Amino acid sequence: MGVSWPVLSLVTFLPLVGVALILMTPSGSPTAARSIRWIALWTTLVTFVVSLVLWIRFDTGTADFQFVEKAAWLGGNINYHMGVDGISMLFVILTTFLMPLCILASWQAIDTRVREYMIAFLVMETLMIGVFCALDLVLFYLFFEAGLIPMFLIIGVWGGKRRIYATFKFFLYTLLGSVLMLLALLYMYFQAGTSDIPTLMNAKFDPSAQKWLWLAFAASFAVKVPMWPVHTWLPDAHVEAPTAGSVILAGVLLKMGGYGFLRFSIPMFPDASLYFTPLIYTLSVVAIIYASLVALMQEDMKKLIAYSSVAHMGFVTIGAFTMNQQGIQGSIFQMLSHGVVSGALFLCVGVVYDRLHTREIARYGGLASNMPKYAVVFLLFTMANVGLPGTSGFVGEMLILVGAFQSNTWVALLATTGVILSAAYALWLYRKVIFGSLTKEDLKALLDLSPREKLIFAPLVVATLVMGVWPTPFFNVMDASVQALIKNHQAAIAAGRAVAALAH
Amino acid sequence: MFVAKDLAPLVPELFVAVSAMVLLLYGVFAKGNPTRTVVWASVLVLVVALVLVWQVPAGRQAVLSGMFVTDSFTAVMKSLVLIGSAVSLVLSVGFIRQEEMERFEFPVLLLLATVGMMMMVSANDLISLYVGLELQSLALYVVAAFRRDSERSTEAGLKYFVLGALSSGMLLYGASLIYGFAGSTNFTDLAKLFAGGHGHVSVGLVVGIVFLAAGLAFKVSAVPFHMWTPDVYEGAPTAVTAFFASAPKVAAMALFVRAIISPFGALVAEWQQIIILLAGASMLLGAFAAIWQKNIKRLMAYSSIGHVGFALVGLAAGTSEGVRGVVVYMAVYLAMTLGTFACILAMRQKNGLVEGIDDLAGLARTQPGMAFALAVFMFSLAGVPPLAGFFGKFYVFMAAINAKLYVLSVIGVLSSVVGAFYYLRIVKIMYFDAPGEPFLHPMPRELGVVAAVASLFTLLFVVFPMPILNGAAMAAKALFP
Repeated sequence: MGVSWPVLSLVTFLPLVGVALILMTPSGSPTAARSIRWIALWTTLVTFVVSLVLWIRFDTGTADFQFVEKAAWLGGNINYHMGVDGISMLFVILTTFLMPLCILASWQAIDTRVREYMIAFLVMETLMIGVFCALDLVLFYLFFEAGLIPMFLIIGVWGGKRRIYATFKFFLYTLLGSVLMLLALLYMYFQAGTSDIPTLMNAKFDPSAQKWLWLAFAASFAVKVPMWPVHTWLPDAHVEAPTAGSVILAGVLLKMGGYGFLRFSIPMFPDASLYFTPLIYTLSVVAIIYASLVALMQEDMKKLIAYSSVAHMGFVTIGAFTMNQQGIQGSIFQMLSHGVVSGALFLCVGVVYDRLHTREIARYGGLASNMPKYAVVFLLFTMANVGLPGTSGFVGEMLILVGAFQSNTWVALLATTGVILSAAYALWLYRKVIFGSLTKEDLKALLDLSPREKLIFAPLVVATLVMGVWPTPFFNVMDASVQALIKNHQAAIAAGRAVAALAH
Repeated sequence: MFVAKDLAPLVPELFVAVSAMVLLLYGVFAKGNPTRTVVWASVLVLVVALVLVWQVPAGRQAVLSGMFVTDSFTAVMKSLVLIGSAVSLVLSVGFIRQEEMERFEFPVLLLLATVGMMMMVSANDLISLYVGLELQSLALYVVAAFRRDSERSTEAGLKYFVLGALSSGMLLYGASLIYGFAGSTNFTDLAKLFAGGHGHVSVGLVVGIVFLAAGLAFKVSAVPFHMWTPDVYEGAPTAVTAFFASAPKVAAMALFVRAIISPFGALVAEWQQIIILLAGASMLLGAFAAIWQKNIKRLMAYSSIGHVGFALVGLAAGTSEGVRGVVVYMAVYLAMTLGTFACILAMRQKNGLVEGIDDLAGLARTQPGMAFALAVFMFSLAGVPPLAGFFGKFYVFMAAINAKLYVLSVIGVLSSVVGAFYYLRIVKIMYFDAPGEPFLHPMPRELGVVAAVASLFTLLFVVFPMPILNGAAMAAKALFP
């Protein structure tokens, strides 16, 4: 399929054009902040529209990479190589979809250093899209790591009270996880003679080396996902980040970990992936149950949602390692759904936080009587978080549990308790904030959703319902790539067994 | 026999040396204070020398009875040294005027030190190595103590001198052992002797190599021979510190690489462990010791110790790839260091220069341009992609992984995470903290230009990496004929 212009590079680097425009805007004048906000919004909207071209022109019949671009970069078989397949394309759309909402959500909440804020977000967008489009390991690493810089600044400059602790923890944790991946990718580069991702998928590394490589990559992705026990940076980062920062963290950054497992660990190290599946299952089940229980105990709304993210991402990692069609498709779908739903939940918290400047659950109650529209929206996303049929959350979790059941009954059983627990904490949060009687004086003065806020929530509501009722378009996109992933994996395992049998 | 043809490879050195003497005479006889003229003339001399370096006959040329060589390695490293010296001189213009150091001997001494450094880079014999090193060191001792009436400056000069003399002694002792047990001081002859790993390696020779390495480690300030660095960096006038951190570091690293690879390339097994130890210890100490520093010059001293450790990882690999990594690393390090010092030299409040890290508080609001540049350097020094500093680390670790130095690599990347903490702390102080007493702005023009160019280099390396990578590969190839 011939593409006359480099649409992937365009989507990736369009936000930087916005940065250039913002830099050219004269500073100091009272209207400057206004025009900067509009520039950022238009940039992200245009990027979103252009990214839709990817979906429209996507060929669902093939598992190959599409929209491929290649250019010489560092020499020695390290190239600027971009492309998407059924696994990565939807993440690009997710990113471009969430960004305009983030800009809108910061419209009034951010009134200091608007220029720097918008620049940080736009740079962040470029780097996130790059992560999902990169088809060269070094290029991937570059985008993956570089994202730390804008996020460090976003949390550190515009965050809450303990923002400095949180942002250092975020940065150092993630960096620590990923430096080992750097060494692993250098090793792979020498073994295979290239850092080209499609080539490396067929490189067939020595099974004993695979284990070390797998661990090095997993160290990075597990921190990003985050898996128990390396999840502790996430609640801190979420609580302190500004609302839009939390949306990006939960909506996109966490997905990089899951995407990494699917793109690298499973296809490149099939033997090690099989070997370590019990480990992943164990950690994921612990994450689901433990994080859900911790979520039940939270007094801070954002912290509760952060722990719920940890639990939901536990489902994602289980699904990824089931190695069957339902599990992996469910895992990808759950990531997309969680991106929308958890982002929306953080925005819901942001709505009341902007009005009352507290996230303490006990300070709220009875909002249903003076903020009915807000109550409806919040209810929808709470239900989607719980996994109510008809919402996007149901589809992903259901598929993952079906996939897990085929792979390991106990894992499916234990993971299902997570569904129950999630209902417990999510409904508890909803009851405390929305129901009850409206007794607190300052709450009575709160206004319902403003037009701007309605505008933010509308696309999220639509996405949640569409994904819940009619998920077929999403599965059509993934189908071929996931099938190819499973087929290659099984072939590699069979080949490994044949070699082992010959040796005996 | 001395013929004009033999002198061709020496032209750049001769030019700088003669110019230094002419400028010295001019300084003595000129009326008024000639410092400004001499400084800019010296910059011009260095720029011309940079052109001359690339005019010498191509390919490997050995002159002065094989004592002095030029090849693509020397061309690249001399270019870095000359750029480092020239930019340091530019950085010092405002400083020496305001700190009452405006004496014309200062640029002349820097020129002489530069001649020494060029000799070091080109040395192909233990004797010419020593001569170059001493020429450089003597000039550096004097400039470290250039502010005679300052106790700290004098102390720095004296400390540097005493410890430097000790290390020179070790180096000479090592050289004499090598001569005694191998029968030659010439790198080419020594290389022939050990070629193919057939030559018998006596214990005395190994001891000689150890002493040589110790002396060289002192010059690049690798752990455990680093003790002088923080005190000298802190005590020396800031413009001098900027110079110390740039050109001499590059020259010493070039010397280290050549003196180990060129004669003893075949004896990797004998010296590799020494370099691994130096590299590992330097990376760890550079990462941990800097955490508690409050003075930014002292912090940069520990940072430079760490960076030398990273560069030595490339040398430890002992391969052409490794040397390429070292060259890339030093090129990137040079840009980051000069840029950082341009910012440090602009930290001037009402009562003069300040050096506390906390004085940077809130810089992002008072001087966003300078804060941005400094933040770029800090992230780059921490090795976060896509900045240039990442690629320096990338290439040395690439060589180390290929040479199967897995443990050293893991130590290296882990210490880079620890190191990231204190670089981030500076970003935190500039961007997250409330502004303190602002600096007198604007940033002086020459400092602003240097910081801007260096930060552009650091930012855009990812887009145009090939010139540096090709140059480094070419340089590395010259050491592995």
